[in-house]
Amino acid sequence: MQTAIKRIIFFAAIIAFWEIGSRLEFWHPLIFPSLSSVFSALVEGFQDKTLIYDLIASFKRLAVGLAISLVIGTLIGILLGKSKTADETLGAVILALQSVPSIVWLPIAIMWFGLNEKAVIFVTILGGTFVMALNMRTGIKNVSPLYIKAAQTMGANGIDLFTRVIFPASIPYVVTGSRLAWAFAWRALMAGELLSTGPGLGYTLRYASDFGRMDIVIGVMIIIGAIGMIVDQFIFQRIEKSVIKKWGLES
Amino acid sequence: MFIEINDVNKQYSDKENRPVDVLKDINLSIEKGQFVSILGPSGCGKSTLLSIVAGLTKTTSGHIQIDGKTITKPGKDRGMVFQQAALFPWLTVMENVTFPLKKEMKKKDAEETALKYLQMVQLGKYISHYPHELSGGMQQRVAIARALAMNPETLLMDEPFGALDEQTRSRLHGQLENIWTETKKTILFVTHSISESIKLSDRIIVMGTKPGIILQDITVDIPRPREEHKNEMLEIEDHIMKYLKKEIDKVVSEELQYANSY
Repeated sequence: MQTAIKRIIFFAAIIAFWEIGSRLEFWHPLIFPSLSSVFSALVEGFQDKTLIYDLIASFKRLAVGLAISLVIGTLIGILLGKSKTADETLGAVILALQSVPSIVWLPIAIMWFGLNEKAVIFVTILGGTFVMALNMRTGIKNVSPLYIKAAQTMGANGIDLFTRVIFPASIPYVVTGSRLAWAFAWRALMAGELLSTGPGLGYTLRYASDFGRMDIVIGVMIIIGAIGMIVDQFIFQRIEKSVIKKWGLES
Repeated sequence: MFIEINDVNKQYSDKENRPVDVLKDINLSIEKGQFVSILGPSGCGKSTLLSIVAGLTKTTSGHIQIDGKTITKPGKDRGMVFQQAALFPWLTVMENVTFPLKKEMKKKDAEETALKYLQMVQLGKYISHYPHELSGGMQQRVAIARALAMNPETLLMDEPFGALDEQTRSRLHGQLENIWTETKKTILFVTHSISESIKLSDRIIVMGTKPGIILQDITVDIPRPREEHKNEMLEIEDHIMKYLKKEIDKVVSEELQYANSY
């Protein structure tokens, strides 16, 4: 059976169970609202444009945060990949930092920037930077020595060798790094927004929770998950697939 | 002499830090325009020798001169073709072949030059393809065109057809012979195939292993095309086989010893 058909059946079953369970009052609507009420909350949110403003605000922060994290991550990764000393010292720190959930940085961020936009973006940047750096580093280290030798026999060396061979050869890792950085930054952003001021998806989520609007809470969670999946599947996985094919990395 | 290899030694340290002789007292002079094969069993250091000529590997002692200049690093006067095509997958066939020309030529001139050599390997129609869209034999031909495009005096080839199937290989032998006749490059061709070396070269350097030394220097003066002189080819093959038999036995017995020590 095709994946698409399997998925449709699976989701139909969940939706049916959810709606029927709610209607038969297997659980209290305040604990878990019915699908139809979540749906109408979403429709209402889009009609009065609050959710649209939330989406725009969240994506703005994400765009700034992710862009900065990709740049910084790439630079750190190149440093770690090219310098053994940097890898042995800074590399260990980056590895440790990567295992720290980025939301842990929020208290510091609030101390430095106050509870505002900057603090949330700071957390988002930290979310993406380290994973990008580590992938970039692996990419540089895994460049086939054959490419480098071939380029040297054609007169390439130094910066020329790096920009024309080493960096392009590690593009598959740059793509994987960006994909993971996006996922990590998205999570960090949502966590940061939960604790900050609006507008923003995370902020609306907490706001709805404070007012007992479980339908909006579930609705926003669905949006967050759906965006995560769509961006990953339709943007990053596609780029990754075509890069893997072109770079001849298919097994 | 065009290429002079003088007293070249190469040692590596093994796992226990003992020195291992890869190449010992290699002396070799090669005339300009000669097609020379370096033939030997695996582990005889023939690829290392080529890599030293390319400037990619340093000698432990001794030096190599080409046209009177001592080799210290890779240079565009020596084009290299590896066993794998080593094309850059993110570049098209045309971009791969113009890669070494970027600095010294205008884009248009570089492309014209590249096209000339791509046509020489009969790939003029594939300029906008990416390497992954080509077969192994086609990729190797692009690699040859890329090496030729720099117009080097010397072409270094490290088992360039080793990874290809028999039919493709014999077709490429023909093409390489034509290219050599046309361009008059000095070719250093590393191989472990006796018949390949006899088919292609003017001169065969037979190497032995542990340490890598030159066993024999054989001149092949069979007229080309050599397919028409099967008997002479077989004679030389027998002659070389005698020398190599001992060497191959040595490799096998050493491998057995190694296996038994575990």
